[in-house]
Amino acid sequence: MATDTLDKKHTDHDSTANASWDGAEYPFKVGYGKLMIWYFLLSDAFTFAGFLIAYGTLRFSMPSWPVPDYVFSTFPFLEGHHPLLFVTLMTFVLLFSSFTMIRAVQEGHRENRRGVAIWMGLTILGGLGFLGCQAWEWTTLIGKEHMSVTTNPFGTHTEAGIYLGADGKESAETFKSGSTYLMHRVTFGDTHEAATAAHGEATAPAHAEGEAATGETTHAAEMAHAAEGGHGAHAYAAPGDYPDAVVDERGFVHRKYIVSEGEHAGSTKSEAFGPKAFGALFFFITGFHGFHVFSGVCFLLIIMINVLSGIYVSRRNGNEMVEKIGLYWHFVDLVWVFVFLVFYLL
Amino acid sequence: MAHDYTGAKKIALKTIIILAVVTVIEVLVALTGKGYIIDGYHAPKVIMNTLMIGMSLYKAYLIVFEFMHMKYEAKGLMLSVLLPVCLLIWAIIAFLYEGNAWKGNRVKIQERNKIEIAK
Repeated sequence: MATDTLDKKHTDHDSTANASWDGAEYPFKVGYGKLMIWYFLLSDAFTFAGFLIAYGTLRFSMPSWPVPDYVFSTFPFLEGHHPLLFVTLMTFVLLFSSFTMIRAVQEGHRENRRGVAIWMGLTILGGLGFLGCQAWEWTTLIGKEHMSVTTNPFGTHTEAGIYLGADGKESAETFKSGSTYLMHRVTFGDTHEAATAAHGEATAPAHAEGEAATGETTHAAEMAHAAEGGHGAHAYAAPGDYPDAVVDERGFVHRKYIVSEGEHAGSTKSEAFGPKAFGALFFFITGFHGFHVFSGVCFLLIIMINVLSGIYVSRRNGNEMVEKIGLYWHFVDLVWVFVFLVFYLL
Repeated sequence: MAHDYTGAKKIALKTIIILAVVTVIEVLVALTGKGYIIDGYHAPKVIMNTLMIGMSLYKAYLIVFEFMHMKYEAKGLMLSVLLPVCLLIWAIIAFLYEGNAWKGNRVKIQERNKIEIAK
């Protein structure tokens, strides 16, 4: 394709788009803009690689790291544990938009303006869909699971143990080394109602399914957290040391457990926060990717309008501008392949 | 890109289907490794991670070479973009090795602290 459009350009003296790049030959047989977008993408690839390598380095340096299939296991309108389902959906949305983008580029080559606009419109919808998914994911993590840039309530056990029940004795709930937990957060209300409403899970231990209805904890229905009389006796009305947990000033419930294996067997400990870097890396890297998607949507919109207005017709280069934004859009998809691998799969 | 329009359309459709299928397989591999598919069976991490990394690289190849048309560009362009990326191979090895060393240091410091308390 590129060759025939370029030949056209060679003989076309009206085309001033590549004037400063005009020599006897096109270096690498592509237009200036397309070559430069390739080099921009190369530099962007290094930026993302730097971030992902930082993630890997910090993960390797920590004794434990939250297990992704536990952290990312929520799905809109569904209760319970759905590991990786939602991010797989997000991946498909982005892949689909990559496909519609390539169709737009192909229609551009045959100067079919209407076709370009339709397929670009679908691409924009895909991009917006992806951003919507990400917004939901972030909202759940921040609003319901209380993860932030500096606080990571997702910890991982490095020893096997048995949780303590409300009476301060061993409960039937055990865990293995390497399993990830989410520390729940309670809000301290003035009235009993406020406390129980905010921490519905604690007051409804007998029916694990019912607790999701309170809407407080999304990971609630699984992990047998509230089962077996977990900590049903309290609503943790204030910070302090309870028989089965330590509640800190911010309301995070650090459940107590007895280590059942290894060096520290028999000692009582309470759950700690997970590696702080996890939240910061997650929000920064997926945020940076999301920002790429967002700016991509903006550029797509601008170029779609330009295509419809007929600006590119006079250039007679097979809508190369659509091809350039296409390269950027596929790159965003390419980055997602690796974000998906590093954050969610490994 | 294939020179005729219908051929190009077919290739695009084929590529997206392969990408979707590989993604599904990747997720299934991840879940098998974590013990979700076969109840309680955790497949060896090394094998599962290698598989997933391999499949992701394959996906990256498809996106760059088919969707981004790298396959049909001049060889010089291809090399000038792809060769610098190879630098990352060393970056990954070096940094992950370093990260692992930090973990080792942390363990050492804890042991030393214990000795000092015992004194």
